[in-house]
Amino acid sequence: MSAPAPKLVLENLSMVFHTGGKEFVALEPCDLAVPTGKFISLIGPSGCGKSTLFNIIAGLQAPTTGRVLIDGQDFTGYIGQVGYMLQKDLLLPWRTVLDNVALGMEISGVPIKEARARALPLIIKYGLSGFEHQYPSSLSGGMRQRAALLRTLLVERDVVLLDEPFGALDAQTKSQMQEWLLQIFADFGRTVIFVTHDVEEAVFLSDEIHVMASRPGRIIETLPVDLPRPRDRAIVSTPRFVAMKKYCLDLLHLGEQQAAA
Amino acid sequence: MNAKSSFIDSATALPDLKTTTGSITRRRLARRLPVRRIWPTWVLLSAQFGILVAFVGLWELAAATKFIDVFFWSKPSSIASTMVIFFSEGNAITDIVYTFCSTIMGFILGTTLGAVLGMSFWWSRNYALIMQPYIICLESIPKLALAPLIILVFGMGLASKVAIATALTLVVSTLTAYSGVQAVDRDQEKLFYSLGASRWQVFTKLVAPSCIPWIISILRVNIGLALTGSIVGEFVASQYGLGRTILYAGQTYEIALVWVAVLVLSALSMVMYVAVSWLERHLQKGIVR
Repeated sequence: MSAPAPKLVLENLSMVFHTGGKEFVALEPCDLAVPTGKFISLIGPSGCGKSTLFNIIAGLQAPTTGRVLIDGQDFTGYIGQVGYMLQKDLLLPWRTVLDNVALGMEISGVPIKEARARALPLIIKYGLSGFEHQYPSSLSGGMRQRAALLRTLLVERDVVLLDEPFGALDAQTKSQMQEWLLQIFADFGRTVIFVTHDVEEAVFLSDEIHVMASRPGRIIETLPVDLPRPRDRAIVSTPRFVAMKKYCLDLLHLGEQQAAA
Repeated sequence: MNAKSSFIDSATALPDLKTTTGSITRRRLARRLPVRRIWPTWVLLSAQFGILVAFVGLWELAAATKFIDVFFWSKPSSIASTMVIFFSEGNAITDIVYTFCSTIMGFILGTTLGAVLGMSFWWSRNYALIMQPYIICLESIPKLALAPLIILVFGMGLASKVAIATALTLVVSTLTAYSGVQAVDRDQEKLFYSLGASRWQVFTKLVAPSCIPWIISILRVNIGLALTGSIVGEFVASQYGLGRTILYAGQTYEIALVWVAVLVLSALSMVMYVAVSWLERHLQKGIVR
């Protein structure tokens, strides 16, 4: 397979904050090319610039230098070009699950009836059947995340940013959600950028992992994950998986030691 | 016994643990969780009723034995007969409706305008910052002190009472709606913008709905404020209304009539309060989950 044109390219992207005459480098200039239909993860300690990076890609912050290219077109500083799921589910408590999932489409101008009609089959297919007319307060943490992710996916943007979507879930729900996400990823064929603290999660889900370090925020290593898809939970105990996980953890420790020094 | 000895056996590796546990046990106080039992409803109701009867009875008795001066304090029996006269003579309903109307109109106007004004501060940070000192000023002015001026401007009729009731409710509503605006989740806003939303979409789909619980929470306070505004307006200058009745009765030393009007006013206030509480509950059920 010859390398196709990357879906998303970050060119020399950096972010420097000035607070009280002091410079704070949130993100050192970094380059990143994400191939179409791939699942890549960013892992790193808090303060490594992951959220800054996402905000820049989503157009919510202007970078100090650099450009964000989607399909070769410059979209730096434009909102609504990528799907972005924040850490919290951010479901609106006064909307039903169906209307929450339809929110993204509604904002992009799809009439509410059509948006609902498009959202309903997905809600039923992806594990929220029977809850479509409930309010978010009656959903469990895992279900809320499902609804939030469906809302993100239904906006029909090729690139989807997921910022620690499963960070607040318990271990069992988390592993269920990871398998659910892999299913969704296979069905929708979007290009996904996933942020997590959890190395095992990153290895289990991704095609490529970018390890980041803090102070200043930067990408220190990129490693491809060559585990075959579709992946099964059993894969986590294979030697290849374990070796990869260990390698990532070592990198993270190294980064921390450097930051402490 | 068995279980205890096995516990000690397993704890042999930690000899300190045993002695510590023992000494704590000796000092421990045996106290039960306090139980606060609620009496049956009929007991509570008869206690409530009993207090009322005792109060009215003592008042009547004190008046009969000349312990209090009936000229100043009146007495329950003459209040009751005045009540009958008040309702059998034509003016009662006019007065009640007059006060009721000015209260409701002031309540609706003040709450709506305040909500709109408070939410408008979301549109521009600069506008909000410029307006801030004026809002604080408005809040600190005792609005009731302006009542004579408002009567001069709006005249003796209903309009001036509505204006005072509006002035009282407007400021509270504005501040509450503005607090609601400020409490909108930043991340929620971020989500909307990441979906490519316009400012108008963020306002109608996020800011306005999240302010509604705040506005609902102010309804009960506002109905009381609106009533106060109407009554004070009627005190200053009016031809009708329960406030005017109270003032007139006081000036002519018809103390029983003062009490009658106060009682009717309380009943009116209670009815409106219950109605607004009902409205509040239903709105909350409908909108806030």
